[in-house]
Amino acid sequence: MSSEHLRFTGDPALPASEFAVSATDLTKRFGTFTAVDAISFTVRKGEIFGFLGANGAGKTTAIRMFCGLLPPTSGTANVAGYNIRTQSRYIKQTIGYMSQKFSLYEDLTVAQNIEFYGGIYGLTREHIARKTEQLLEELQLQDRRNKLTASLPLGWKQRLALSVSLLHDPSIIFLDEPTGGVDPISRRNFWRIIYEIAGSGKTVFVTTHYMDEAEYCNRLSIMYRGRIIEIGHPGELKERYGLDSMQDIFIHLVGGDIRPENTP
Amino acid sequence: MTPLISVDHFSKSYEEVRAVRDLTFEVNRGELFGLIGPDGAGKTTTMRTLVTLLRPDTGSVTVDGMDVRTRMKDIRAITGYMPQRFSLYPDLSVEQNIRFFADLFAVPREELPARMDRLYRFSRLEAFSRRLAGRLSGGMKQKLALSCTLIHDPVLLVLDEPTTGVDPVSRNEFWEILHELRAQGVTIVVSTPYMDEAMKCDRIVIMHDGASLAQGSPRDLVASMTVPMYALDDRDLVMNFSRIETVPGVRSVQSFGDSLHITSDGDILPERLQSAIGGALGRDVHLRPISPSLEDVFIALIEEGGVHVL
Amino acid sequence: MRRRLFAIIRKEFIHIFRDWRTLMIIILMPILMIVLYGYAITLDMRNIVFGVIDDARTTESRALIEAFSENGFFRPLHREIRRDDMEELFMRRDVHMVLVIPKTLSTDLITRRTATVQLIVDAGDSNVGTFVNNYAAQVLNIHNRRVNDTSPLLFTITPRIFYNPDMNSTHFFVPGLVALILMLISALLTSIAITREKETGTMEQILVSPVHAREIVLGKVLPYVFLGLINASLILISAWILFAVPVRGSLLLLGVLSLVYVFVALSFGLLISTVARTQLIAMFGTLMATILPTIMLSGFIFPIASMPDILQYFAQILPATYFLLIIRAIMLKGVGLAELWPEALILTGMGVLLLFAATRRFRMRLE
Repeated sequence: MSSEHLRFTGDPALPASEFAVSATDLTKRFGTFTAVDAISFTVRKGEIFGFLGANGAGKTTAIRMFCGLLPPTSGTANVAGYNIRTQSRYIKQTIGYMSQKFSLYEDLTVAQNIEFYGGIYGLTREHIARKTEQLLEELQLQDRRNKLTASLPLGWKQRLALSVSLLHDPSIIFLDEPTGGVDPISRRNFWRIIYEIAGSGKTVFVTTHYMDEAEYCNRLSIMYRGRIIEIGHPGELKERYGLDSMQDIFIHLVGGDIRPENTP
Repeated sequence: MTPLISVDHFSKSYEEVRAVRDLTFEVNRGELFGLIGPDGAGKTTTMRTLVTLLRPDTGSVTVDGMDVRTRMKDIRAITGYMPQRFSLYPDLSVEQNIRFFADLFAVPREELPARMDRLYRFSRLEAFSRRLAGRLSGGMKQKLALSCTLIHDPVLLVLDEPTTGVDPVSRNEFWEILHELRAQGVTIVVSTPYMDEAMKCDRIVIMHDGASLAQGSPRDLVASMTVPMYALDDRDLVMNFSRIETVPGVRSVQSFGDSLHITSDGDILPERLQSAIGGALGRDVHLRPISPSLEDVFIALIEEGGVHVL
Repeated sequence: MRRRLFAIIRKEFIHIFRDWRTLMIIILMPILMIVLYGYAITLDMRNIVFGVIDDARTTESRALIEAFSENGFFRPLHREIRRDDMEELFMRRDVHMVLVIPKTLSTDLITRRTATVQLIVDAGDSNVGTFVNNYAAQVLNIHNRRVNDTSPLLFTITPRIFYNPDMNSTHFFVPGLVALILMLISALLTSIAITREKETGTMEQILVSPVHAREIVLGKVLPYVFLGLINASLILISAWILFAVPVRGSLLLLGVLSLVYVFVALSFGLLISTVARTQLIAMFGTLMATILPTIMLSGFIFPIASMPDILQYFAQILPATYFLLIIRAIMLKGVGLAELWPEALILTGMGVLLLFAATRRFRMRLE
């Protein structure tokens, strides 16, 4: 791989507001370790953007910077029009976050989870009550409103988690490995909803190392050792490398290199 | 030759949950056999029963002709088992872990250096022999766990989702190792939720809700799906395909990144379908025939079987 | 058999020494506990402040006040108090006792050869009240004999107190504390030993090897016997240094029998470990099963002989009951094995039985 950083930007003709996320040379160092190394890219509004990489590639660090939880060492980024350095407190109100693993409290009931999350996003009591009814109806969970979340099937839990992360009507939603381990039908149903969400103008930002999740994204970036080494539409990438799955492309790009773990 | 594993009308429940229901399959000697299914399908219960950690409620499970209910010690002696969670000691080094398991399985001391050499060669862990297991990357941890289960030269290897949570490159490498082991004659039973990994097995059983949906070689299973599928490459349509769903002859539509996968109901000719969809959208479209994936087979099986899934 | 056992023991030692922070806690906590409890738990009272309402103001009354003041138990409040203030003084806990001397003290002594003084004692804490009352009676007794030596009493009791001549309750309690702390720490150590491996999943991996239950159980106990020995020595040394508790008997015998006791506690912890599903449950179970019975029923504070029958039977199955007899006998009386062998034998039997139970209870499957 050349030492020259690949620079990927969106269509320069688009006004800045067309981008839900735009990063410019975004870098994070922890001591001598560079977790995120001058990444630059843009995500358009309404796009389902896949952020791929192995564990330790720098995905989590990058996401934490986008969410305003970690200040960058250098470079900058805009999320939903806010600067992550100076306006991080506005960012939290405009983004949603869902991870398949940690989102919901298993020992709270379905309704209690919705109320809790509505509460921490500062929604009014009436607003929460209205939203709760609306969500329960959408998910057909009225019968289970007072059941513990732990008792729901995995597919339902995941849809509930997604709904809860959308309670405060964010314009960008970050999904962290949302469908790992889920059965194929639940996964397809889930992604059907994701496409509807994106269709309504919200931006969906998916981080994953599961290639079957990656296949659903409109556009993908592949992160490796803190850098973005490839970005594009899945079809384009498959054509470019003459391979027919993201798995093969990923292995083609990363597998030949000496991996960090093989140097003691 | 008799099969190494024979599972016959096996059922197992925990309190109210029926984890496995009337499961029957056989694994031949030297085979790489896959248990395929999502979380909660009953894969782990089946594997724990194979290695005598659980007892069947009904039905019989035998390994090399030995009943798992009565021959616990004998089955454990010839089996290597890797649980789903990383189950080695994080505060022991790579080498200390391997030696610990060598002692537990009473590997003859004079053979130990040669065996460790061999394990290090395929796992490429030698350079890290003094590193604490807890400090290894995900892929290396799995290779260490595999090494520990191989130290006593088992006849049967049972691996419960060995690649879940592991990055794609390490997963690929892990499967290469499994193929090497199979070439050496080890019988391997592996579970996975990934359809692409299922394709790498000799034979599979597809599990859902504790029951077997289908069994056979993955290629045969894919070939058995006769419903035609087409891709429609159109970036703008993936967000909104409701107009296509209602076209007669379309059974289901799924968005995949920048293309739509359309399953027809099989009775309609491709040209007719193409013009019908074009008509609905008010412009020309091009349908590209594609072969179904194992996941499509899985979904078709569940839908045919009338199994209720959310 | 031996090879697998050694493999487990070796592994446990690696765990113990790799995690030096936990090791320090294991070693320092008992010392901290003995310091805290040793100073806090004592039944001896000193410096009981008393007030005086002296209506007589004579030589005799001053002599009586002097008699109270000159020993170490009582300390006079150095100011006059009035009857009206008394209640407030008690409320503020400024005094524990008020001595009221009537105006007629001296004349009564002359005319009737006897006089009555009033003692008002704060018995809000009935223990403290009783002690104050007893001490005061003693003081009056001594004072009586001193002023009345012209007509000595027909009988006098001169008690001679054995083993703990100062009636120092620290010497009584510290051995009990050693028993309590050793039981608690040792049982805690092993109670999480197996549950931890259940939680991390490593137990599942070991189970599928040809290892036997007895190898796992024994392999878990033996390394901690070593730790327990270190703990026992440190506790005994700190008791000796901090509280000057004597060891009149054989130090070696005390060491050996402490080890037997530690072994019982470790086996008990291990038994809990085989039943409990999580480390948290195991720890709570151990705390409940060790602290309360040991404090209440082993004779640590309350004599077993004065308990209801059913509790006396229960005390019979507590290891601490026997160890308390042993440790007090060795430390305070200097008794040897010739007298203590029944207790030593019972403890050994308990340990073996508990270890056997843990082995039987240990599940080689996941159900």
